[in-house]
Amino acid sequence: MLAIDPVVLFFVLGVAAGLARAELRLPAAIYDFVSAILLLSIGLKGGMQLATQPVGNLLGDVALVLLLGVLLPLVAFPVLRFAGRLPRADAASLAAHYGSVSVGTFAVAISYATRQGIPYEEYMPLFVVLLEVPAILVGILLARGVSRTTRWGPLAHELFLGKSIVLLLGGLAIGWAAGPAGLEPIAPLFFDLFKGVLALFLLEMGLIASAQLAGALRHGLFLVAFGLVAPLAFSVVGIGFGVLMGLSPGGVMLLAVLAASASYIAAPAAMRTAVPEANPAISLTASLAITFPFNILVGIPLYHRLTELLLNG
Amino acid sequence: MERHVRRLLTVITEASLERSLVSDLKEFGARGYTITDARGQGHRGKRALEWEHSGNIRLEVICDAALADRLAAHLRERYYDHYAMILFVQDVEVLRPEKF
Repeated sequence: MLAIDPVVLFFVLGVAAGLARAELRLPAAIYDFVSAILLLSIGLKGGMQLATQPVGNLLGDVALVLLLGVLLPLVAFPVLRFAGRLPRADAASLAAHYGSVSVGTFAVAISYATRQGIPYEEYMPLFVVLLEVPAILVGILLARGVSRTTRWGPLAHELFLGKSIVLLLGGLAIGWAAGPAGLEPIAPLFFDLFKGVLALFLLEMGLIASAQLAGALRHGLFLVAFGLVAPLAFSVVGIGFGVLMGLSPGGVMLLAVLAASASYIAAPAAMRTAVPEANPAISLTASLAITFPFNILVGIPLYHRLTELLLNG
Repeated sequence: MERHVRRLLTVITEASLERSLVSDLKEFGARGYTITDARGQGHRGKRALEWEHSGNIRLEVICDAALADRLAAHLRERYYDHYAMILFVQDVEVLRPEKF
């Protein structure tokens, strides 16, 4: 068996095709459709398992995950501001991106866990939802303090009614209400096709990342270094939280992946609205062109090893 | 057939501003507008719609001269500093002045 997950090869194909300027582009509507299926599949899977879980047991975990979401940007901000000498708005925006999560990375990690036969807490998608928003709020506060000029109404709309939150939460709710037996009729689309859909998604992500790659070096070596070191450091924080929560090794690994991943959908949109003076190209380049490829190509297997090492050591 | 002169205000800007612009238009009392997806390049770089919010929109409003001026001044004040935005105004002839 090939060591690398074939879905990751689709990403490599996308990057290569993009760099070679091949005539290849998925229509925007297809990308939207594919990402909607991924979000719903992940939500449904998580919700199905939530049905079997006494909710009271999860409250402590929920609090810890929210804390993790607040902590990560607070760690990233001073590093970016003082070591990276970035303007306040840019440092805050990047901190928000890195504190928040990437569902695409999480999907690849699930695919990795399934392929390696690693069991994990199936309700992990709940944590994806919980980790998405807090870091963005912290980023906005870091950029402007509690400013009167921030228009919280439209911002709340953007944050809580964004595509990923609505579809993940919606999937969780439907999965929870329907249960495994109820979901059986729609399983062929959402569960059986998961890997194929993920492959298409990653092909498009490869094309997008390659378009951003050109800008990566323009923003300086510090940004490239941050995009590689931050996920590593954050994965260790994620492992620590996973252990605190008493997750299984598979769950600890997935939490490490979530902590290591950087947002490229929710955070850019929210920061553009709330902190317009931040340069959107800096955050997007770091998160899409550096951290996302690093995580799916190298990071996920690495966090797996790291988890094994730290849990057994 | 009688023709009436109105102003056509065209704004080309970041797609992420759509919701905010539409609420501005309502606030200022514009009767209608048209939005289309757009791509292009300017001094803030290429905006090729490769990514969710990375594209441009082209917003067109036909209105009277006073409203066009007020809208242009407001947009300039509120968005020019931090967003990629191009705005221009031209005269157009319409057949049903009561609509605009």
